[in-house]
Amino acid sequence: MTERKIRVLIAKPGLDGHDRGAKVIARALRDAGMEVIYTGLRQTPEMIAEAALQEDVDAVGISILSGAHMVLVPRVLDLLRANGQEGICVFVGGIIPENDVPSLINAGVTQVYGPGTPTTQVVEDITRAVLQQAQV
Amino acid sequence: MNVKHDLVESVVAGKRLPLARLLTLVENNAPEGQAALDQLFAHTGRAHLIGVTGSPGSGKSSLVNQIALALRNPSSGKPARSVAIVAVDPTSPFTGGAVLGDRVRMRDLAGDPGIFIRSMASRGALGGLARATTGVVQALDAAGFDIVLVETVGAGQAEVDIARLAHTTLVIEAPGMGDDIQAIKAGILEIADILVINKADHPGVDSTVRALRAMLELGHPTHSHSFTGSTTPLWIPPVLQTIATQSEGIDELVEAIDRHAAYLHATGAWQARDRSRLQVELEQLVQVELNNNWRASIPPELIQETLAQVETRQISPYQAAKQLTQPLPELHPG
Repeated sequence: MTERKIRVLIAKPGLDGHDRGAKVIARALRDAGMEVIYTGLRQTPEMIAEAALQEDVDAVGISILSGAHMVLVPRVLDLLRANGQEGICVFVGGIIPENDVPSLINAGVTQVYGPGTPTTQVVEDITRAVLQQAQV
Repeated sequence: MNVKHDLVESVVAGKRLPLARLLTLVENNAPEGQAALDQLFAHTGRAHLIGVTGSPGSGKSSLVNQIALALRNPSSGKPARSVAIVAVDPTSPFTGGAVLGDRVRMRDLAGDPGIFIRSMASRGALGGLARATTGVVQALDAAGFDIVLVETVGAGQAEVDIARLAHTTLVIEAPGMGDDIQAIKAGILEIADILVINKADHPGVDSTVRALRAMLELGHPTHSHSFTGSTTPLWIPPVLQTIATQSEGIDELVEAIDRHAAYLHATGAWQARDRSRLQVELEQLVQVELNNNWRASIPPELIQETLAQVETRQISPYQAAKQLTQPLPELHPG
């Protein structure tokens, strides 16, 4: 019998060392029954895309507090596409100025979360996006 | 069941995305994954399967990282070997979710096309592996990796399944576990082909080495592993010291792994282990098949009725099991 689990990569690119948010989300997704692959700090976009491929994840959550999101996030999206994983849902969390959100969404990000987002909302969004993706 | 032909071909050709997708199908127990494994099985049997087990926090992931690095960058003119890593972490028994964090310690391996790392959740299986680990290892073997390293969940006493899966089993300990050595000696140390004391810069390493050596001498008198079914000359597990965070002792460890492989080949134990592993796998699969056939053949009401009889103490569970398994028309014709 097939037993599908949602697999999510939680990645922390760039140079800032604050992974509390990433860990809170990882824990919340785990408690929602998902399998969360956590990569640790200071990942390059290449490392993130490589892990997403090897782990065949349904979604990638990127946590950025350093302000480098406009460089790093599009790079991750490009690499995922280049690897043939254009279908993956990509979520971004952290300190993202409101003005940057539309262009991130435009670039292919599914959702952007700021501080104070309830984890239940993230869980719901990921579940919905992954299920939609599976039906396509 | 028909498999998309290119899935099997792409995996054998070493393409990474199809391999990753196949591993997901195998993990999810999807019929398509099983069908692909059926076709891939002829390509398996070439990789050296190495198990890495030991208590939580002993440094398994860091050591796997170092072993893989050493295999990719061999010191003296030897060829580099391709390495697949399967890292199993526990699934929460309450939510069914898991945080798989072994990659955190394997960042040195990023960007190397000769490395493939896959994290697996145990999904409720006991014994230190996931139910699908065997299938995942077969797929990686068929994909042509020279070495498949399987890291178990942090293991205590009973998580010894890895010894049935692997050709070579490393048991990792850290010093200062003191009396814990007593506690684990019944199970996990018996399966060690190589014992590694990691964190060898921590205090207490000498007494840990002494205790393990003493125990090995007691535990391996004249005959070899009855657990894995081999009847070959004796392999005395070496006790090695490493400091994974400083890459110390790694060359010696890789050398011991290669020595063990050579020993297995020279004595015929390689085939013996293969055979006993396949036998266990076959028996488990037969059990699952029989169980499925039985469930399909028996009306659920009959199970409920019999259960009611047991509940009211009219018959014992043993009698009930006998009753329920008596009529199996397909299996006992006539």
